[in-house]
Parts: sequence; C-alpha cells; structure tokens
Amino acid sequence: MAENQRILVCAGTGCASSGALPIIDILIDEIKRQGLEETVSVVGTGCQGFCEKGPTLVIEPQQILYTRVKGEDVAEIIEQELVKGERVERLLLVDQETQKPVSSMADINFFAKQHRIVLHNCGVIDPKKIEDYTAREGYKAIEKALKEMSPEDALEEVKKSGLRGRGGAGFPTGLKWGFCRATPSDKKYIICNADEGDPGAFMDRSVLEGDPHSVIEGMLIGAYAIGADEGYIYCRAEYPLAIKHLGIAIKQAEEAGYLGDNILGSGFNFHLKVFEGAGAFVCGEETALMASIEGKRGMPRVRPPFPAVSGLWGKPTNVNNVETWSNVPHILRKGAEWYTQFGTEKSKGTKIFALTGKVNNTGLVEVPMGTTLREIIFDIGDGIQGGKKFKAVQIGGPSGGCLPEDMLDLAVDYDTLTQAGAMVGSGGLVIMDETTCMVDIARYFLNFTKKESCGKCTPCREGTTRMYEILDRITKGEGKEEDLDTLENLALTIKETSLCALGQSAPNPILATLKYFRHEYEAHIRDHKCPAHNCSALLSYTIDAEKCKMCSLCAKNCPVNCITGDKKTNTPYVIDEDKCIKCGTCMDKCKFGAVTRA
Amino acid sequence: MEWLTLTIDGREVSVPKGSTVLDACRMNNIPIPTLCHAPELTSAGACRLCVVQIEGMRNLPPSCVTQAAQGMKVETQNPKVRSARKTILELLVANHPLDCMTCQKMGDCSLAEYAYEYGVTGEVYHGAKRDLPIDNGNPFILRDPNKCILCGKCIRACSEIQGKSILDFSFRGFDTQVGPAFNLPYNESDCDFCGSCVSVCPVGALVEKKMVGKGRPWEVSKVQTTCPFCGVGCNFDLNVKDGKVIGVTSNPDAPVNGKALCVKGRFGMDMIYSENRVTTPLIRKDGVLVPAEWDEALDLIASKLGEIKNTYGPNSIGALSSAHCTNEENYLMQKFMRAVIGTNNVDHCART
Repeated sequence: MAENQRILVCAGTGCASSGALPIIDILIDEIKRQGLEETVSVVGTGCQGFCEKGPTLVIEPQQILYTRVKGEDVAEIIEQELVKGERVERLLLVDQETQKPVSSMADINFFAKQHRIVLHNCGVIDPKKIEDYTAREGYKAIEKALKEMSPEDALEEVKKSGLRGRGGAGFPTGLKWGFCRATPSDKKYIICNADEGDPGAFMDRSVLEGDPHSVIEGMLIGAYAIGADEGYIYCRAEYPLAIKHLGIAIKQAEEAGYLGDNILGSGFNFHLKVFEGAGAFVCGEETALMASIEGKRGMPRVRPPFPAVSGLWGKPTNVNNVETWSNVPHILRKGAEWYTQFGTEKSKGTKIFALTGKVNNTGLVEVPMGTTLREIIFDIGDGIQGGKKFKAVQIGGPSGGCLPEDMLDLAVDYDTLTQAGAMVGSGGLVIMDETTCMVDIARYFLNFTKKESCGKCTPCREGTTRMYEILDRITKGEGKEEDLDTLENLALTIKETSLCALGQSAPNPILATLKYFRHEYEAHIRDHKCPAHNCSALLSYTIDAEKCKMCSLCAKNCPVNCITGDKKTNTPYVIDEDKCIKCGTCMDKCKFGAVTRA
Repeated sequence: MEWLTLTIDGREVSVPKGSTVLDACRMNNIPIPTLCHAPELTSAGACRLCVVQIEGMRNLPPSCVTQAAQGMKVETQNPKVRSARKTILELLVANHPLDCMTCQKMGDCSLAEYAYEYGVTGEVYHGAKRDLPIDNGNPFILRDPNKCILCGKCIRACSEIQGKSILDFSFRGFDTQVGPAFNLPYNESDCDFCGSCVSVCPVGALVEKKMVGKGRPWEVSKVQTTCPFCGVGCNFDLNVKDGKVIGVTSNPDAPVNGKALCVKGRFGMDMIYSENRVTTPLIRKDGVLVPAEWDEALDLIASKLGEIKNTYGPNSIGALSSAHCTNEENYLMQKFMRAVIGTNNVDHCART
C-alpha cells in the first residue's frame, strides 16, 4: 500500500448533481472505520472534466480514475485499492476500441491528449483552501509582479504572450489592458465577466468552482498593470457553487494580504467584489454587464466610447472573461516565451472546450489552440455515440456555426473558425450525428437568441423572431421556396445592422447551416422530407403488411389509438395517417421490423 | 472651431469637429431616415434605420452615433444601405397595426413616411403580432402599445427633459414593452401628464386624446403662441381647424421651452370653449352674482378700496396676483399697490 494517498472526488456542479457529495462523507467514514485516516485523505475538488462518467474520483499518487461511483462502491474501492492495492475493474473506464478497462489517467485519451494550463488546479486541489492553491505556486505571480516588475513590465509580458480574450471575440488582452492603462483617470475598474450563458458551455463555472484563486490572482495582475484599485466579478446567480467558492476565496485572499490595501507591502491596493447577475444572456455583453452593475436594465449601449475610456460609472474599465484572467498568473510566472510555445501563430495558448452532444466522452477539455476538431471529437471525445455517423459540430454556441465532416481537420483557432463561418465563442462544442436535423438545430439556436434578445435594436428584436418563425414553418413542412432567400437576406441584414454582438452573431447558425447543409432545407421545403428523420411533422409511419404478424403490440401502445387490424380476420395492422402524431412508439415496439418511417 | 472634411455620396462637405455623420448629412440637406433620434435627446442608436456605409468600417454603422472623421467616405443611398433600411422597416411594419385610416397619427407618422419612401408593404413577414391592452384610463394621453416601435424616445424625454423617469422598457426581445413601472396605466403611475412623451413619439402609440377624431394634420393650421397659464413664456402651436382650436402641439423651435410643456399648457386649452368662463365682471347684489359693466365694477372697487384705506390704513389691504398674468401685468399690480394704495402687501400664487 502506498503511503499518503489522496482520494480526489469531483465535487463540481456536474458530479455533485449526479451524487458526488454523499460519497465524500461515506469515504471519510469508511477510511476512519478501516483505520486509514493517518495515510489517506479525501479532497472534494472542482470539476475533473469527465462529466459524462461522473461522479468521478481519482486515487493519487497513482492517478487511478474511477467512474460513475456510487455510495455503495466506496467500501469496495477502499478495501481493494487502498488495502490490497488492486483495481475495482467494474468501475474503471472501458476503452471503446479495445473494450478493455483502463485505470491510469495517463492511458486515457480523454486526459492524455489534453494540455491543462487553466485547468491545472481544477480537480486536483480543494478550491475552498487557499493553502492548496499556494502549494501549487499560487500567488507567486502577483508576488513576482509586485516585487520584481513595474506595471509596464507586467503589461508588456501579457502583450508578448499573445493572449487573446477567451470570451469569444479573441481581442488581444495586452492591447485591451494598454488602452485602459493609457486613459488618464483618478479611478479605474477591472471586471471579470463570469456571465457564462451559452447553452452547453460551463468552462468558466468550472474554473470559478474549482480554482477561484487563479481568477483573483489574474485580476490582481491586471489591476496592477492597468492601475485599477477596484474590481468586480459579475457572476450569474445560477452558479451558486461558483459564487460560494469565490466568496470564500476572496475572504481568504483578504486575510492573507493578497487583497485589500498595501498588498504584500507594495503600496498597491485592490478590492474585489462579486456581483450576482440575474440571468440575462445579453449581460455577457460588456456594456450591458456594466449597466447591470450600475443597477440599470441590462442593455448594451453603442460603442464608442469603449469601456477602456468610459466604462463602469463612467470610469475607464477593463473587462475580461474568467478563462482569460485565469491564464494570466501562468503567463507571469512562467513567462510569455513559455506561453507562446502553445497554440498557433495568431492564437496562443490553450482553450477549454465543453464537449457535448452525441459524442462518447462529454466533458471539459483543454487543448492547445490549433488542435483539430477531429482530434478533439474522435481522440479526446472518443467518437460518436452508438457507432453512428458524424454529421456536424456546432462550435461557439448560439453565436457560432455548424461545420460539416469535411472541415474536421480545421485547426481550432480564432481566425480559422471565423473564416469557416463559425467562431471559438465561449468554447461550446456540440457534436451532432446523422439523426440531427440541421434546420431544427438552427431553429433551436434561434429560439434561444430570440428569447435572449434584449429588445433594444430593431433587427435583433424583430428579426430573430421572424427568422425563428420561418425556420419553425420549414421544420413543419410549411416552408415556401422563397423562404430561403428571405431568410438569407434577413440574416445578413441582422448581422450587419444589429447594435451588439448578440444580434450580429445570432444569424450565424442559419448562415452556416445554409452554407453547408442547404440540401436539408431544400428537402424540407420541396420534398416535405426531413433527411435526418427528426422533424415529426414530416415523418410518415407505415406498416408493411407482409411483415406484420398481427401481434397487436403497436396498436396497444399507440397513444392516440390510430392503428387498427385483427388477427382473427387476418387483417394486418394499418396506421391512420390523419390521426397519427408521429411519436414513433409503434416502430420502437414492433419486434418484426414491420413499421417503417419515411 | 475645428472643421472636418468628409465625403458623403461623392460630395465633399465640411462640418464642425464633434458632429456625427447624421449631423453632417442634415447640415448638408442629405436625407437620412431616423426613428429613435431626436436632437434634444441623447442618442440611443436603437432603431438602426439611419445606417450608412462607411469605407473601412465593418457592418453598416448607424449615422446618429458615429462620429464624423476627417477624410471619411460615407454612402447614404447605395443599394446595400437601402436594402438594409427596407428590411428594418419591413420588420417594424410586420409588428405594427395597419389601421392607418383611422390612426390619429396619419399624415404625421414617420413610420408611414419611410414605409412609403422605401416601398414597404408589410407583406414580407407573417407571424406573431403584439396584442396588448390600450391605456385609455386618463383624460390626456391615449397609449396604444401595439403601435409602439420601441424607439425609446418617450423614455428619454421623460427622464432627460422632464426628469421624472416614469417610463422604461420592460420584458425583453420580441416581448419588450414601454410603460410605467409594473406596466401600470398612466393614471396610476406618478406621471405628471406633461406630454413630453407624446411630443416625441414618431408613430401613433402616444397621441393627444382630445384631438382624436378632431382633425388630420393636413387640415390643421398651426398658430404659434405663448402659453397664457404662467409667466414662463412657453411657446406652442395651437392646432386650429375651421377656426376652432382643437388642441396644442409642441413647437420644436419654441425659444424658451423647446418641445417641453406642462400639463396645463399642453392639455388645458379646453377652457377656451368652456361654458363656465367668466366673460363680464360680476357684482354680488343681495347675495347673488349679477353681470355688470366694467365701469360700474371698477368704480365699485375703487370706492371700496378707498373706503378701507381711509378707515383702516393702507396695510389693511393686500394683493395676490396670478401666474396666469404676464410679467407686465404683475409689475403693474405691485406698482399700483405700492404707489397708489401705499402698502408692500404684495404676493403671488407662484411664489415658492
């Protein structure tokens, strides 16, 4: 038995919701019961990333990963792993290719192919303990900055690193800081944009939950470089765990002298507050975010003036997102040169993606910029669920676009993706297989943006609703030939005339699907068919009389009683299409494959 | 003053530094459609109808909030710009009642004017339309939120001119509305009924209730006059049809007040035709007010004032004058009290 082992239990929101928290208590009890408390400790960590397989736990130092752990498994894990030093095979991950269990994280593609800079501490430390953070070089970067560097030096280092904003637009961070620094003012603010709102994206939440001090340290460095003495973290109220951990971290940092007045005796002051957002997606837009902090309705305003000139309360303000801030301590500690070895020529460093959809391994992955979509989806993500065929990947959330199979070898960086009609955005990657209808996907995202439009400017307010209505009609088989032109014209006008990035990017899911999957739109409109067999209004179910054994199972399970037939009179079962609601139950229930869908 | 030179539609123009592209166009009689812009209010850049194409700038920037710059090349009427404006108008009209025949705003409606210019019919988009209750609960302002195009000018007028901030947006996206807090009707809110919101509304969402059905803009002649209610000297336009005043509208060129008015000036003109107006002096005889000639009335006042002054002294008399009177009339009143009666007992209803 190895000495001083640690059991790291993922206690991020994903694993907590699948039952991780009681496991921690059971583990502690069981360790005591077996008298192992001297050598084994249990740590509730932030997100370990492998949400699909949660709750997960890792035994250190061997780095053994256990997946989908339940309370009743705990005794066995301790007995086998910690007493006998043997694996509990049934809780190990099964390699999809070899169909054999793998135990070591180093052998699991999901982890082995990642490169974790921002997620360096996530899933490894107890985010509620500042000493866990400082034990892994935490707050060394701000110490270095305050003791060895001038604000200009710190700014220069970030500029040299090539770091670009991880919130989506990819604006060079150092340049942005420089603008704010250059504006003369008696007061400046910095803000951490933690209003993560893209459906499926949760990297910022995970960083805040799992490594809040890294964000605080990044903001400290930014404040020092810019000359700000007050900061806000604007975090959506739907992230209670992140807010809790931030609160604990800020208090600890204040007590340790990293926040407050005269930090580390340097004369530099910085005060940090958390502001809870009320959940409007548009408040992720920086001018709306600042309006919200000021107590106004969260609506974007026209820029210029940019926040670097006139931001919060009219003062120069610098806004960066969670992941951007979290990169900064690493850059300062290890140097810009170290950082620039990762990524592509114009997009340096790593990016965290939230991998979701029809992929085997869903979860949070951090890869160097320039990694191909194929590597992310097929190596790290382990391919498509159920052996189905890959169709598209939606990248960049509701502002992004869908890319087809022949673009899988695109290197993921800001400029390549924008050129292809998608965008890095916040880093949501939704994988779709052959059963996903691309018109329906566009409709789904437009339903989101139309609800989240703030209503200020005409094209976004009225236009997103009209685009949604057209898409909705098409998926119902009521599309008209001229709809595609109308849709395209409307999409381009909205893109070119909307006030903020929400409206300017809302048409992207339509433009990208029209570009790469136009034939699916045409099939809906001209042939009244949904090629993915997804749009229920365009499906028809029929029973092949030859194959029908007249078992009556379909009729018994039909929720609207639209199937009739009779074994006694040798009448095969028939579906009344007028009554059929296209639920597909008959097809699922038929044991003889007699029901077909077209 | 520093001047900038820019090219608009191939024409070189010079404008003072600090002008917006819209200012530059208007100074040079280049027409740009706007719905949410008003010179007396801050610019929201919300309706997006004033978009233009500017060389080197991405997308189509709204001219109302884009600063003019030296050497800028602006196109205001090219097909791309016109097509974008037409689409925006189509979107607005698709969510707007087309009851123009009975709409009070007909003839003075900016949306109708631009729809006409751009050939917008409302036939392109079919779908949801707002169906909100009409606010008809007060005597002055008729508010039809279904006609609102959400330009936000009323909100800014209420907060920036009147300083009341009664109005704001509520809900979001397609469901956005404008109204008082909790979407209360005007008469249940803290509204003063100054009508500044009405004066800036570009469509028929906010109209002077008493003018509804009384006349069309082209039937009305506007007579600029000074408000008789107080001594501030606000100007406005009496709207006259067939020799009869049917209402009051703001005159944007009013030197003292611009478009701003108070509830009395804007909505109090019905007193002109009131049957309760006093048209001759009245003298109380045996407890009953009886019409009299001016001479008789003035003689009576003079004799009574003289009698009181002789019996009780000048300080037993005081005078209270009205804000309704002009400055000159008020001056005469105090002069009369001091020089003729011999007292300083002078006061005024507007003294605070």
